[in-house]
Amino acid sequence: MLTRRSLLKGVAAAAGTAGVAVACPVRKAEARGAKTMSPDAIGLLYDGTQCIGCRACIAACKEANDMPAEHNLLDIGDYWDSPLDISGSTLNVIKAYRDGTGVHKDAIKDGFAFTKSSCMHCLDPSCVSACPVSAMTKDPTTGIVSYDVDACIGCRYCVTACPFGVPRFTYESATPKISKCQLCKDRLPKGKYAACAEVCPTGATLFGKVTDLKKEIERRRALAPGTMTVFPRGRVGGGDSYVGAVGSYVEHVYGEKEIGGTQVLHLSGVPFALLDKPAIPDIAPARIAESLQEHIYQGMLAPFAFLGALGLLAFRHMREPATPMPSEDSETGGSK
Amino acid sequence: MSAPVHEDHAPSPLGGRFWTRATATLGVLVLVMLAVLALRFVRGLGAVTNLSDGYPWGIWIAFDVVCGSALAAGGFTVAFLTYILNRGAYHPLVRPALLAALFGYVQAGLSIVFDLGRYWNMWHMFWPRYMQVNSVLFEVAVCIASYTLVLGIEATPMVLERLGWMTARRRLGRVLFVFVAIGVLLPTMHQSSLGSLLIVLGPQIHPLYQTLLLPALFLVSCVGMGLAAVVFEATVSSLAWHRPFERELLAKLMNIGRLLAGLFLVMRFADLTVRGVWPYAFQKNVVTAAFWLEILLFAAPIVLLWKPAARRNPQRLFLSAVAMASAGMTYRLSAYLIAYDTGAGWTYFPSVGELAVSAGLVSLEALAFIACVRMLPVLPRIAEPTQPRAPAHADT
Amino acid sequence: MTTMHRTLPAFRTHEGEAAAAEERDIASVEERIGIPRRQFLTIFAGVVAAIGLPSSAFATVVKAVAQARRPSVIWLHFQECTGCTESLLRAEHPTIEKLILDVISLDYHETLMAAAGHQAEAARHQAMKENKGKYILVVEGAIPTGEHGVYCKIGGQTAIEMLKECAQDAAAVIAIGSCASWGGMPSTSPNPTGASPVAAILGKPVVTIPGCPPNPYNFLTTVVHYLTLGTLPELDAKGRPKFAYGRLIHENCERRAHFDAGRFAKEFGDDGHRQGWCLYKLGCKGPETYANCPSILFGDAGTGTWPVGCGHPCIGCTEEGVGFTKPIHSLARLLTVTPPTQFARPAETQGKGATVASVATVAVVGGLAVGAGAMIARNLGKVPDDHHVVDPDHEAKTAKTADSGKR
Repeated sequence: MLTRRSLLKGVAAAAGTAGVAVACPVRKAEARGAKTMSPDAIGLLYDGTQCIGCRACIAACKEANDMPAEHNLLDIGDYWDSPLDISGSTLNVIKAYRDGTGVHKDAIKDGFAFTKSSCMHCLDPSCVSACPVSAMTKDPTTGIVSYDVDACIGCRYCVTACPFGVPRFTYESATPKISKCQLCKDRLPKGKYAACAEVCPTGATLFGKVTDLKKEIERRRALAPGTMTVFPRGRVGGGDSYVGAVGSYVEHVYGEKEIGGTQVLHLSGVPFALLDKPAIPDIAPARIAESLQEHIYQGMLAPFAFLGALGLLAFRHMREPATPMPSEDSETGGSK
Repeated sequence: MSAPVHEDHAPSPLGGRFWTRATATLGVLVLVMLAVLALRFVRGLGAVTNLSDGYPWGIWIAFDVVCGSALAAGGFTVAFLTYILNRGAYHPLVRPALLAALFGYVQAGLSIVFDLGRYWNMWHMFWPRYMQVNSVLFEVAVCIASYTLVLGIEATPMVLERLGWMTARRRLGRVLFVFVAIGVLLPTMHQSSLGSLLIVLGPQIHPLYQTLLLPALFLVSCVGMGLAAVVFEATVSSLAWHRPFERELLAKLMNIGRLLAGLFLVMRFADLTVRGVWPYAFQKNVVTAAFWLEILLFAAPIVLLWKPAARRNPQRLFLSAVAMASAGMTYRLSAYLIAYDTGAGWTYFPSVGELAVSAGLVSLEALAFIACVRMLPVLPRIAEPTQPRAPAHADT
Repeated sequence: MTTMHRTLPAFRTHEGEAAAAEERDIASVEERIGIPRRQFLTIFAGVVAAIGLPSSAFATVVKAVAQARRPSVIWLHFQECTGCTESLLRAEHPTIEKLILDVISLDYHETLMAAAGHQAEAARHQAMKENKGKYILVVEGAIPTGEHGVYCKIGGQTAIEMLKECAQDAAAVIAIGSCASWGGMPSTSPNPTGASPVAAILGKPVVTIPGCPPNPYNFLTTVVHYLTLGTLPELDAKGRPKFAYGRLIHENCERRAHFDAGRFAKEFGDDGHRQGWCLYKLGCKGPETYANCPSILFGDAGTGTWPVGCGHPCIGCTEEGVGFTKPIHSLARLLTVTPPTQFARPAETQGKGATVASVATVAVVGGLAVGAGAMIARNLGKVPDDHHVVDPDHEAKTAKTADSGKR
């Protein structure tokens, strides 16, 4: 005969297992492995030391993506198309770090430096993992992270999830959507490539296969600062180039390890912290989140097991052999 | 000695006038909300909210969905106690808790609909072609939607009884156990997942809050919040409608509540110690202020109900419930808003429009609850309904 | 040429006499130069404006120009193409003839003077003796230093000797053209003649008006400034007057908008080139060259009368290290000054924060909640033990009976 005490014990055990399964921290995020880069992955190399701040890339991006001019009311006046940041109508922006008199390029003190903000096209994107309706997807060949406005429900989970703060939302519209750089994927079939790279006069923004871009990075870093060398312009292997001086780079290549690696890589003459590029751990949060989910749910085994136990107990306790329904007052309170 | 009178009486409609000063006030709040919503749908989110790309989720998510659904967790907790652990003493609380849960989840669901930018695509979350099963938000959405449905089914017996359709009522009663079981499982899944939602945010959540223990912490605190909400609602109901204060039951519930508060604090402190982030708790900023407030609020029920005698004190029970609920809300608001940092320079504070909609939703929830309590068999009938103060010797 | 006489009224007061003197001066200038008073005043108003003097200085300018004695100028030619002189010949305001006949006394100029040979050299020595310490020395062309300066000899003297001799007693030395300013074209690597600028030979800084050729008005304005105010205009570290060489060509270029929008001509004659797009990718050195070409153009012949305006990238002819040094079509280095304020900083304040209304709403709602809670708590204190017994043991027993009754 089932006593209350033994029953309690049994349930406690069942609940306890489930609870432990939930509570037990995942030691290693191995449940879901790290994502690797497609060999044909394409991306951008932004070399801050070569950037001259002409902002032709902002204009070209707006034109290629049919984006409107942005109006900012700053303390110093009315500015049209001087975007403060990427937004619902700006997919790519150049920002300037300034210190003191700001006369020396790429100097920390009394200097200035340029930096670019646009989608990093991560190998393990948080936005792709977060989106509940597959509006954010990563192309398996090119690795471009795309946005499908027709699938989107506008929940902005991608906006909260992205550690680089890339996806932006058009809050001012009654039919809003997410905006982010998609590496000009619609121009690729026509033989064109990223507009920002195409128009850049110094090749500071360079388009190409990520493997080629990484080789170019190593080549530049191996040269002494000030060495005159040939810089490709537009796209790697596109034929356009010029001779210029190599910059003095900080050790770090931004995007190499961050979030498990990205397809857009940055070189800079000043520390990235000064450019407000966030410090991001090497393990992708998407990997951690998905591993934890897998661990807890074990392919839905744990929930079903729990459900079985609950169903059994509920059945037993809610059974009423021969008691009438409580249409009036009833002494037995066994039914709902 | 007679047992507490109400336990022997089946639930029945409370009756009485629906429109009172209180319900009228709530009604006004609902109307204001509707006006704001009209603006929201015509002119977009930016017209009524202070949401921005640095703070894409505001109080409609952090408060109405996350806190609101957690406060509604009383439904599944009481159901678990009553039907799984077979503690029949909690029976009279099942229906009120169930209704509170149902309307709490409807309120949360409505809040999501108002918050979604492209709400007309909402069905995508449930459509195989679009579903993205790795997303925690997908799991939360499907789970919450299913649970709301289950709550609706669990609430159907009340309606059938009121209508007098007893055959249907009997048939439903036979299979109800399935839904009760599902209705206990689902909240454990999505309430913990509301915590897991934050994990993919990675370094954007302050170290005091970002942990793999988030699902467990959210689940433990939500159970406590649910119980606290039940105690709160029972207290307010008894005062408002001059019904006996169910001291024993509520004491039992808050007893569990204070144990859960203790469990939460143990887990929280252990987590902070293991991850070595205690130094953050002593920096001077808003996040740490919210953190310590949360700790204090969780400690309050433990302190207030330390002595056994205190656990029968209605004031202390009520205050503990309020503290417990506030503790859970503080924890959630901190995790979702205060401890969230997407980069330098961003600022957020809810706009009047957002506050109006949140207030309106809570009012709507309360109005629906009151309406159902008056019209459906929810609260147990009492032998001496409106004689509030019989002398103590009545029992002898 | 018409001469306009004016009847001067007889004034009795001091101010009246000064004004009368001024009017007499203007009249004499009119007679000498033979232009109407209004035109004369317009020309020198322009000169005053060009160097940024306040309009009150105008009177001083007029007075200075109207003086009877014209200052002596000695103009030397060395390794040059005479382009600077040619540039000066095309000046319109004042024209060269008015300049040399009426404003200055050009006592030695190999291209323009009628004399030649020993006669010319004698005239030079004469002028130097008569105007010792007061004449202006203008040097056009670089000075070869190789092989003790034999690569340029005039009248048996090397360029070095001649320069030093003339500079000794000069009141001011002006190096006109890039060659005299920093070496210019003759100094292009490998510089076989050792072409050097004037400052290097004299061992002291001089006024430099670089350009190949320089705009004549840069030179003329500097000279007029000196004649009228007795001082040179503000110079930069290289001796260049700041009014002309204070800004990069890039800062005033009419094609700057194309640069900022990324519209570049890639080849001569392509669509972009035909539409007048930026020539940066064709090697325009505007971004690293200091000059005022886009502002005052050349030849007083209308718009677009400068290299970029005509569709050829600037070669940086004024700038040492750029002109005749860097390949014409190589990409220029941008000597940007501090980025203008319109650049966003890496982190800007964004988002919508608290307003008085929203904070007030929260405060009111919070207050109401706390108040209601307190009221409820207080009312709970009044709940008597009506259906319930205080004794916990008793309660436990009754609870148990109730539970077992449910089974």
